[in-house]
Amino acid sequence: MNKVVSKEKFSENVTKLVVEAPLIARARRAGHFVIVRSGENGERIPLTIADADPQAGTITLVIQAVGVSTRKLCALEPGDSLTDVVGPLGQATHIEKYGTVLCCGGGVGVAPLLPILRAMKAAGNRVVSVLAGRTKDLIILEDEVRASSDDVIIMTDDGSYGQKGLVTVGVEQVIKREHVDYCVTIGPAVMMKFVALLTKKYNVPTEASLNAIMVDGTGMCGACRVTVGGKTRFVCVEGPEFNAHEVDFDELMMRLKA
Amino acid sequence: KERTAIERVVMPQLDPKYRITCNEEVNEGISEEQAVREATRCLDCANPQCVTGCPVGINIPKFIKNIERGHFADAAAAIKETSSLPAVCGRVCPQEKQCESKCIHVKMKHPAVAIGYLERFAADWQRNHCEQEVPKMAPRNGIKIAVVGSGPSGLSFAGDMAKKGYSVTVFEALHEIGGVLKYGIPEFRLPNAIVDYEIDGLRKMGVDFEKDIIIGKTLTYDDLHEMGFKGVFVGSGAGFPRFMDIPGENLKGVMSSNEYLTRINLMKAGRGGDTPVMQGNTIAVIGGGNTAMDSTRTALRMGAKRVLLVYRRSEAEMPARREEVGHAKEEGVEFFTLHNPIEYIGDDKGFVKAMRVQKMQLGEPDASGRRRPVPIEGAIEEIPVDIVIVAVGVSPNQLVPSSIKGLEVSNRHTIVVNDDTMQSNIADLFAGGDIVRGGATVILAMGDGRKAAQHMHEVLSQK
Ligand SMILES: Cc1cc2nc3c(=O)[nH]c(=O)nc-3n(C[C@H](O)[C@H](O)[C@H](O)COP(=O)(O)OP(=O)(O)OC[C@H]3O[C@@H](n4cnc5c(N)ncnc54)[C@H](O)[C@@H]3O)c2cc1C
Ligand SMILES: Cc1cc2nc3c(=O)[nH]c(=O)nc-3n(C[C@H](O)[C@H](O)[C@H](O)COP(=O)(O)OP(=O)(O)OC[C@H]3O[C@@H](n4cnc5c(N)ncnc54)[C@H](O)[C@@H]3O)c2cc1C
Ligand code: SF4
Ligand code: SF4
Ligand code: FES
Ligand SMILES: [Mg+2]
Repeated sequence: MNKVVSKEKFSENVTKLVVEAPLIARARRAGHFVIVRSGENGERIPLTIADADPQAGTITLVIQAVGVSTRKLCALEPGDSLTDVVGPLGQATHIEKYGTVLCCGGGVGVAPLLPILRAMKAAGNRVVSVLAGRTKDLIILEDEVRASSDDVIIMTDDGSYGQKGLVTVGVEQVIKREHVDYCVTIGPAVMMKFVALLTKKYNVPTEASLNAIMVDGTGMCGACRVTVGGKTRFVCVEGPEFNAHEVDFDELMMRLKA
Repeated sequence: KERTAIERVVMPQLDPKYRITCNEEVNEGISEEQAVREATRCLDCANPQCVTGCPVGINIPKFIKNIERGHFADAAAAIKETSSLPAVCGRVCPQEKQCESKCIHVKMKHPAVAIGYLERFAADWQRNHCEQEVPKMAPRNGIKIAVVGSGPSGLSFAGDMAKKGYSVTVFEALHEIGGVLKYGIPEFRLPNAIVDYEIDGLRKMGVDFEKDIIIGKTLTYDDLHEMGFKGVFVGSGAGFPRFMDIPGENLKGVMSSNEYLTRINLMKAGRGGDTPVMQGNTIAVIGGGNTAMDSTRTALRMGAKRVLLVYRRSEAEMPARREEVGHAKEEGVEFFTLHNPIEYIGDDKGFVKAMRVQKMQLGEPDASGRRRPVPIEGAIEEIPVDIVIVAVGVSPNQLVPSSIKGLEVSNRHTIVVNDDTMQSNIADLFAGGDIVRGGATVILAMGDGRKAAQHMHEVLSQK
């Protein structure tokens, strides 16, 4: 059982929970995720560790309510407990000094992007972030992103905030105006697919964090398998990040649709 | 002679039509009368070959003669001298290949003594009639021992070490204790209550269980040292599913048996759990082992109309327990032996809708001594399916081995140990069960755990 310490609603459907998990808080690195379960009949679902405080023994989760299990989690209140939290899972992001790193997040993907862009900044990179969402309310964690970025571009589909247009518009602006050494993208699979196509055109090495369907998260079931560079890989143990230019995004999107 | 004239007991079992509507245990267990009568068939051989067929060398005539005398608790105690999970092994051991295959009756062209049924009977009788007793425990020595994984190897190791006075903590990655006994083997073959009873017994002996902890991730081997653990036993199993690497294997509806069984057994999909599992009318299961058999029979219980078992060799080569092959047939599973899938075909939404299978014939024997299946040229068939469950084997999960610097690992990803002691090349690290053997059996895993406990104790007492 892991107690919810605090809760904040970012928008109608996006909730931040700070959860007690001392061992995970200590062991986790940027890019890691956890598997959580709520209730004795609960489903095991993967969520990225958006932040952690090893002193307080807590981790931060940012959850977008999209179905039964995420809605249950978003309904938890401080003092309530998650039935299980296990992790940290996956491979941590490879952080190094590349030069200029473009961090591109869509929707709730900005939450898992945040620890990565912080680590990239701390490693001495110039960090340019592009945040995208359908509408103003869905742009989350903007202040936190600004605090660790040299520049931030905001894109909304409806133009209610920042510039109007898709994430790729913002990405292309940056690539055209300055040399980009490396790109990290996290968001809906379709968004990552188009970011990857674009950065491939400009020859910018790109990592994407894949949101495959998972059950155990430890390499036991194979539900999370994706094709990368023509080979089947398990996202939970070998990922979640892969070379975006080699990922078969169409297969990933196909497998995500029940 | 009268003894050999008695017919082998027949296990009472639920009617196939009824049992596929529920998850109840198929084998109902034999009665006291049946057990005593079956025990009478045992000739109490002077040189009992059955014992040599048991991987842990249970004193079979001793426990059987106790059953014959009606001393059922003594029978159970005799088994417990060597086996820590008799109610489990009595149910899931491939007896026909082990103890029973060596029974003198077989040489006399009679059916073997039903050693497995009797073992199960004794263990069940004790569980149902006696208080769960804490075995004689050595005085606590304050030495902390860590166990990685709560499958049969980890559980038996933990029990033996606790008995020897150690403070044992079992770390389990999943949210349930029991390993494959819980997430793999279905309840209609091994009820969870039986596994839980053994786990409760260990708790009473002071063994601590920590769920949701992945060694190598949540805590490292070094962390365990810092926490004061003086010995580590790795029983992390062989949980990594193999696929065949054929076209269409990543279509929706094609999944590993681990995924299918985990969703249903561990996550209660279709039985009140929030976790979904794909349903379909026609389900094909690929493989011929216990996992394949369990998947076919689970699919029937989930409501499939037609379940096909697709296996590239013939029935004689199937590694599954004979009894389960029989049960699967009684329940209506259609056997496509000498068939091998070569491609899955999807619909426009990415769901599998058919499989192409290559017909095979048996050729020359291969390295395993079994006749090698070879394709019959041009004999390819297309069969419509809604779901495919791939049960072609598992490999050891590399998570633990790869997280421990300097640990010797084979090219099959198993941890290399000294066969006599189960000690790895790292002095305080022992391992057993599937992580050492690749996919093996419950009894071998259990035996490894016991052996490791004995030798770790020797090593620690020398200090
Ligand atoms: C590595 C990783 C990190 C993630 N991090 C976050 C995060 O930080 N915040 C967040 O809100 N979401 C995150 N997700 C996605 C999140 O796990 C899913 O939204 C959630 O499982 C949906 O469950 P549900 O029952 O609420 O919705 P459902 O109605 O069951 O499903 C809605 C959609 O979610 C996806 N999904 C369903 N079940 C699973 C599952 N078991 N595993 C993965 N995806 C599933 C499918 O695309 C499905 O169409 C992450 C996914 C992965 C793989
Ligand atoms: C469906 C199925 C049916 C089977 N039927 C039979 C049968 O009829 N008869 C028979 O004899 N055998 C059968 N087997 C095989 C038998 O179950 C295994 O050989 C046996 O369970 C192996 O035991 P183990 O202790 O090595 O590991 P497992 O039972 O695999 O347990 C390993 C445990 O370790 C945990 N773990 C893994 N990594 C970590 C980590 N890093 N940190 C913490 N915990 C970890 C796992 O979650 C798991 O709970 C079957 C197997 C399956 C899958
Ligand atoms: S443990 Fe298995 S092999 Fe040994 S006697 Fe019992 S059933 Fe036979
Ligand atoms: S070989 Fe058969 S008859 Fe002889 S002791 Fe063993 S079980 Fe009894
Ligand atoms: S989630 Fe089961 S193997 Fe990745
Ligand atoms: Mg769900």
